[in-house]
Amino acid sequence: MAEVNLRKVVKRYDEVEAVRGIDLDIADHEFVVLVGPSGCGKSTTLRMIAGLEDISDGDIMIGGDVVNDVPPKDRDIAMVFQNYALYPHMTVAENMSFGLRLKRYPKAEIKARVDEAARMLDIVELIDRKPKQLSGGQRQRVAMGRAIVRNPKVFLFDEPLSNLDAKLRVQMRIEIKKVHQKVRTTTVYVTHDQVEAMTLADRVVVMNHGRIEQIGTPTELYHKPATRFVASFIGSPAMNFIPCRLEDAGGKVQIRLSDKIVFPLPAAQAARYQKIPRTDKLLLGIRPEHVTEASAHVEPGIEPFDAVLDVTEPMGMETLIYFTMQGAQVCGRVNPNAGAKDGAPLRLAVDLNNMHLLNEVTGAVL
Amino acid sequence: MTTLTIDKAGPTRKAKYGSMSRDRAWALRWSYFFLIIFAIFSLTPPIYMLITSLKSSAEISAATNPWWVFHPTLENYVGLLTSNQFLRFFWNSAMVSIFVVTITMLISVPAAFALARMRFWGSTVLATGVFLTYLIPETLLFIPLFKMFAVFGDFTGIQLINKWYVLLILYPTLTVPFCTWIMIGYFASIPKELDEAAIIDGASWFQTLTRIFIPVALPGLIAATIFAFTVSWAQFLYPLVFTTSTDQLVMPVGIITTLIKGDVFNWGQIMTGALLGAAPPLIIYAFLMDYYIAGLTAGATKG
Repeated sequence: MAEVNLRKVVKRYDEVEAVRGIDLDIADHEFVVLVGPSGCGKSTTLRMIAGLEDISDGDIMIGGDVVNDVPPKDRDIAMVFQNYALYPHMTVAENMSFGLRLKRYPKAEIKARVDEAARMLDIVELIDRKPKQLSGGQRQRVAMGRAIVRNPKVFLFDEPLSNLDAKLRVQMRIEIKKVHQKVRTTTVYVTHDQVEAMTLADRVVVMNHGRIEQIGTPTELYHKPATRFVASFIGSPAMNFIPCRLEDAGGKVQIRLSDKIVFPLPAAQAARYQKIPRTDKLLLGIRPEHVTEASAHVEPGIEPFDAVLDVTEPMGMETLIYFTMQGAQVCGRVNPNAGAKDGAPLRLAVDLNNMHLLNEVTGAVL
Repeated sequence: MTTLTIDKAGPTRKAKYGSMSRDRAWALRWSYFFLIIFAIFSLTPPIYMLITSLKSSAEISAATNPWWVFHPTLENYVGLLTSNQFLRFFWNSAMVSIFVVTITMLISVPAAFALARMRFWGSTVLATGVFLTYLIPETLLFIPLFKMFAVFGDFTGIQLINKWYVLLILYPTLTVPFCTWIMIGYFASIPKELDEAAIIDGASWFQTLTRIFIPVALPGLIAATIFAFTVSWAQFLYPLVFTTSTDQLVMPVGIITTLIKGDVFNWGQIMTGALLGAAPPLIIYAFLMDYYIAGLTAGATKG
């Protein structure tokens, strides 16, 4: 087991820069998820850690040693691929033991390790089957087993659940988390699914256009996004962005969304945003759960307003509502009994204690 | 509204289904028709060979129905199989084929692996070049090749012409490019992640080839083997040109040169020899066909 460090890592393909100078420190035992849209460089980064891609610039260290020119087999890593990449002519046991057999481990130890991993992954009864006799979920377990038996310094997962159906994905997600709790191996996990990132990670690395947008725990990313990209990428339904301006009125700061809708800022927010020039084009960032039906009693920072709903989506435990404000579509979450109907007006409330303010031009969260 | 849609869709779908099955029935009829014609066309010569091989020379030249054997005899078979000369041809052919197949596989499998997987400068051009060499017909090549071997013999004193083993150098010029091309195709169809997994598991390039690629691409390997064997077993022009002494001849040339004396054609033995010559490839095809058809890549990845 070991820490992994990336120092100014760059990957260039001819003229395209896929990864543009990444710095990342992954602690021992940590589970780090690289997440981002397709083409953001997350898989390339993982493959560079694995040694499957050369790095154009910078350094990669595993366990404190620079491994830039170390071939994959000597990096002591194990990788789980999106399409499983099981050896089709070998049984499950042979697949899992291939690496150990190449390294000429004693037969008894190979058997012990394979048995242990099979027990951990609940695939004991499949041990003599060929990959084609397995279901997708079982194949993915075998692929994980192949990684576990090697007892490597680092686990690398390249979108391992993308080929599974939604239900199985949730199940395997829990399985992966359980495995990590047992073996505690440093793990780098790549996915485009922010839910997977949030649920699995100790820390999430959000990537976009070959750069790291933000690194943080799932909670940090959710509540304190650094950029508009992170704010919109993490969370589902995504954060709402409504064009707005700050105004001074009688010594207090207020936020103007339209000619009619103006809210006074709560004290904490007013102090925080005091220095922002009043002429700046801003965006109010507010998560759907902070746009709800108005309640009878007034609380500080929760401001009521009226909206005409475009669409409602009853989800059972809640109803998602969509309406338009300043040309922006806004999503809110209301109680199923709040009486939300398509095309009907509804008295809503926005919780400004949980607001974010973004610079519309730079996309930075202020 | 909903009911109306169903009413509308119902009959249309039925009609469509009916016409499709009628199309299919006709397609089947036509394909059987052409398959039968093709079968007659391709089976007539071997049947004629078999019939003729069972006749005596007298019966062959007699003006009877050529499609029927009136006095079946095995004299042609006995004659050939007890002739040291014919057995020598058979032996030469077998040696040449076995060695050529081995040499071809030893060259083309690693070559195809390198061209399919190890990206190096000019690998794509090289892969195309390999295939292009196959397109040059041997009828163009045999004269310069003959000259080359003659000059080589003059300079080094090593005479390769009129030795059966000269064919071990000549045939691979036909088999290696094509087999390499076939294997490139098979290797390229193996998912990239499979060799990446092997490399991470600690396999060298050579181990990746022998323990992953060759087992997974076994159907392709067998196809290439069959091709190389067929070429070296049936090749006629090169042995005709490069070998002349009777003890150096391979079967196709041996049959023609020894069983045709001037304008006397020993048809019975020629047909028997041709049939016996066709037996080994037939047996090999029959034996390997199961492996050839079996898809071994199933289950490697999703899909």
